[in-house]
Parts: sequence; C-alpha cells; structure tokens
Amino acid sequence: MSLRNTVRAFPTLLKVGFSESVAYRAELLVWVLSTTMPLIMMALWTAVARTAPVGRFGQADFVGYFLATFAVRQLISSWAAWLINWEVKQGTLSMRLLRPISPLWAYAAENIAAFPMRLVVAVPVTVLGVVLVGWQVVPRSVVGWGLFAVSILGGWLITFLANAIIGSLSLFMDSSQKLMEVYLVLFFVCSGYMYPVELFPPGLRTLIDWLPFRYQIGLPTELMTNAHGTAEALRLLAFQWGWVAVLAVGTMGVWRYGLRRFAAFGG
Amino acid sequence: MISVRGLRKHYKVHKRPPGLKAALRSLVHRSYSTVKAVDGISFDIRPGERVGFLGPNGAGKTTTLKVLAGLLHPSEGEVRVDGHVPRLREDAFLKKIMLVMGQKQQLLWDLPPAETFELNRAIYDVPRAQYKQTLDELVGLLELEDLIGKPTRQLSLGERMKCELAAALIHRPRVLFLDEPTIGLDVAMQATMRTFIKSYNERYGATLILTSHYMDDVAALCPRVIVIDKGLLSYDGSLEALVQRVRPEKRVVLRLAEPVDDARLAPLGKVVSHEPGMAVLQVHQEAVNATISRALASLTVTDLTVENAPLEEVMGELFAEGKARRAAAEGTP
Repeated sequence: MSLRNTVRAFPTLLKVGFSESVAYRAELLVWVLSTTMPLIMMALWTAVARTAPVGRFGQADFVGYFLATFAVRQLISSWAAWLINWEVKQGTLSMRLLRPISPLWAYAAENIAAFPMRLVVAVPVTVLGVVLVGWQVVPRSVVGWGLFAVSILGGWLITFLANAIIGSLSLFMDSSQKLMEVYLVLFFVCSGYMYPVELFPPGLRTLIDWLPFRYQIGLPTELMTNAHGTAEALRLLAFQWGWVAVLAVGTMGVWRYGLRRFAAFGG
Repeated sequence: MISVRGLRKHYKVHKRPPGLKAALRSLVHRSYSTVKAVDGISFDIRPGERVGFLGPNGAGKTTTLKVLAGLLHPSEGEVRVDGHVPRLREDAFLKKIMLVMGQKQQLLWDLPPAETFELNRAIYDVPRAQYKQTLDELVGLLELEDLIGKPTRQLSLGERMKCELAAALIHRPRVLFLDEPTIGLDVAMQATMRTFIKSYNERYGATLILTSHYMDDVAALCPRVIVIDKGLLSYDGSLEALVQRVRPEKRVVLRLAEPVDDARLAPLGKVVSHEPGMAVLQVHQEAVNATISRALASLTVTDLTVENAPLEEVMGELFAEGKARRAAAEGTP
C-alpha cells in the first residue's frame, strides 16, 4: 500500500485496535499483573539500601526508579512476535497478506492502540511515585517531558521492531517463540528492568551501553527520573534512534526475505 | 482475465518417520522429498466467467487458488490476473481480488463484523458513498441486519460465513476466489450463499473461481469446470459435457401406482434402486425414449423424470479412473 493510503487508513486501524484492546481488557489486566517484576525488585533493592545507598540510589531513589520502570514498561510494550508466530502457524497470515497494506503496519497499529488502556495503569503508578518520593520521579521541565516522550517512542519502536524481526524468523523456522524467550531473558538482565544499568561493573556497563536493551526501558526510565542533563540525554537519544534505524532496516530485510520464503513454500 | 501457462508448484517437504529415535535423528540429518502440488497446468478464464475447480483432496486446487491470489510463488510458469503478475502483490492487484477460504477468517473475533467492514473500507480506500451503498446491498441480500452488531464469536458458523463473504466484497472485487465457501454449512445456508454468489457475479460481472466438495455448489454456480488431479489438469469444459463423458447413461425415475417385481423392470434397463412405489433405471441416453415408451406401455406409471447421474458419483468415477490410470502407468495394482 502506498504510504499515503497507509496514513489515511491508520486512524481506522488504531480505532479498531483500541476496540480490540477494550474487548481484551481482562487479558490486559492479567498481562499488567505479569509485569510486576519491578515492584518485586523494588522491595529487594530498598531492603539492600536500608543500611547504606547502593551507588547513588537510596531507598527512596529505588522506589522512584522501579515505579517509573513499571510505568515505562506499560508504554513500550509490544507482542508482535507472538502474534506473527501464531498467524504463521495458523495460516491466518495469508488473510492479512491479501490486503493492500503491510501486515507490519497492522501489527504496529494493534500495539499502539492499546496505549490508552496502558496509560490507565501507568498514570496512577506515576502519581503514586510522586506521592511517595516527590516530584523528582517525573521530568521537571517541558524539555524534560519532551525528551522523555521521544525516548518512550524510541523505546517502543525498538521493542516493536525486535519483536517484528524475531516474529518474522518464524517464516523460516517452525517457530521463533523460543528465540523470543531468549531475547526476553537478555532484556530482563540488560535493560535496567531488574536493576539500574549504572549498577553494572564498568566493563559490562560499556557492553550494555552498546546493546539495544537499555534503550528500550532503561533510558526512558532514566529520563523520567531526571538522571541526565539535556546534553547527555540527547547523546543517549541519538544512540537509541540509531538502534531504531538499524532495527528498522533489519525488520524490512528479514520480513521481505521471510515472505518470499513463505510464498515459495506454502501459506 | 486470467491466464495460466505451464504452472508448476513444487514443495520440498521434510519427511520423518514417527517415534523418538526418528525425531532425534532428524536433528542431525533431515531427508526431504518433493511434492508436486501443481505440475504444469494451463488454462484461460474470461471476464465474468464462473469456473469450478474440482479434484480430490490434495489435487492442487487450493494451491492453484493461492498462486492466483499472489500468496504463493509459482515454481515455474506464467500467471496473469487482469494483467497483473499475482506474486508481485501490487496494491492495484490486491484491490481487484479477494480469496475467501471457508476454513480461515478475516473477521475480528471479539468485535462485531461491522468493525471489520469499516476496517476494510479504510484499507481498500473505498469512498464513503460507495461503501454505504455496497454495505446496504450486502446487508439486505445476505440478511445481516441483526448480525453485524454482535461480536463475531457469538455468531453461528453460517452467520459468520455470511459476514465473512460480506467483508470480502466491501471493495467490490472483480475477481473472486472461493475456496470451500460453504463448508460445514447447513443445506439452507448453502443455498443462500450460492444464490448470493451468483447474484454478485451477475450484478458486477465479477470473475469467479470456486472450489467445493459440495457438488450442488458446482452444479448451481459453475457452467464450466476444470478438473485437477494430482497436480495435472484432467478436464476443462462444461459440466454437462463432463457428465456425458464420464456417465453417458441417464437415470429414469419411475413412480409406480402398483407394486412390480424386478423381473418386469430388468428388460427396461439396469435397476439402480427399487422400492415400493418407485424404481430408478439406468439406461444409455440413446435408449431413453424407447425405455420410456416401454415403461409406459408395460407398467402403471404415475410420474416419470429423466436425470443425469448424481454429480458426486460422476466425480467419484472420474477420480477413480485417474487413480487407476496412474497405478497402471506405475505398474502397481
């Protein structure tokens, strides 16, 4: 589909996607409950920081960090890899391929459309953070909010594109779900989801800074909690969007090649 | 409208015997075999034609439809649909066609069909006025008023299939591929679907290719049939001529006022069935008139009809012929 037509159809895709996310509200609640890892880590790390701060993190800092992580996780979520795997296995991808719009746009719209429902969880958690810790858990200026918003978009794009690449691999393999599970383990360890990445030892920290995981959740959380000045934030955002570009090119390549293979072998 | 030349579609499939040992062996060594789903078929279909694809399970019918719809790339051969090469999946091509598969759905499961209709309007960029007109027509013809507001998951199979068909036609496709569209539906719903499909073809001049295991679908909709068996085209022509070729005999159905024994029926023709008050005779078509005259003279006939052999039997015989021919060619019994 031409970009113009895709742009014209996108609001309807979002509207229908939102209706679906509302229809699946019970499932969404279960999913939200399954993302409570930051709350568990918050209990753990505040206990560790009871006697002395860990790095720059005292007890209140950990509470603010992990509540922010919990909120950010709601906003950068994507489940495209599971969806693609399911549709390839069931053959329903064929029905999407008959339409004059790339299924990738449709998957993206379905994920983005759930955003309002996720805000319903993220906003109260953020307010709770402000009540418990103070205003330092949210950006303190318009520029800060702007940078945070850009990082959320970048974080979501990295998550979605990584999902799309791994999901597209199911066009080559019987299933790429196990691969997604491996990716998720790396995400949990390297993204700042279970502990702030600045607590990694220096050698590992350098590696973490070069990998995409930190830019999914760690960076948005850091920008939300005012961990960086504007110059450093811009430098990190440049890195994040570099990963967005790399993954976008990767997604297009794997998807197109995968579809050719899918079309060559069977639908 | 549709031109197919030397179409082949071969798949390489992984073969593995059952059992744990074979599963472990397949981790290090895999053996493959080639399946010739379609093996060099050619045909042309004119605009507005209604054509039935017939063949036993695994004959290559659905594969051919998927190639025509651009979902599968041919291994060899040339395919054109209204001037487009389907495998390129150009927007202009996708906006002209639709493939309806009885066993796959495009309706959004947890939302009412109206949401899928609206989604398709946006995706196919259908002007609002045309959308409203088409939707009103579809709702009226398929009697969807009470259905389009209910979540799809709460609809019966037949209701869902009607909505599925409506969703497929929102953009008024000029070429409609129907793969088992009436599978699992009750007789009344099958008839509704057939009537609607025929009226869509007549109203919009849409080209229609249908696969179905229900011969009533084919008889009602398709003046022309293409028979595919093991990937090869074994017949292309009118349904009537196919029946004449495979089963030149006609069936004379006699309704009788009084009981008769088989001995009185036997001289008239081969007795296919005989029950009190009714007998069915099979006679060569050239002998039909003579048989009728003799039956009227020798029996008390209250009603009489002349029919072709049931299409299921004709197709069964045709497929059995094909199987026997292949077995003979391979030297197996």
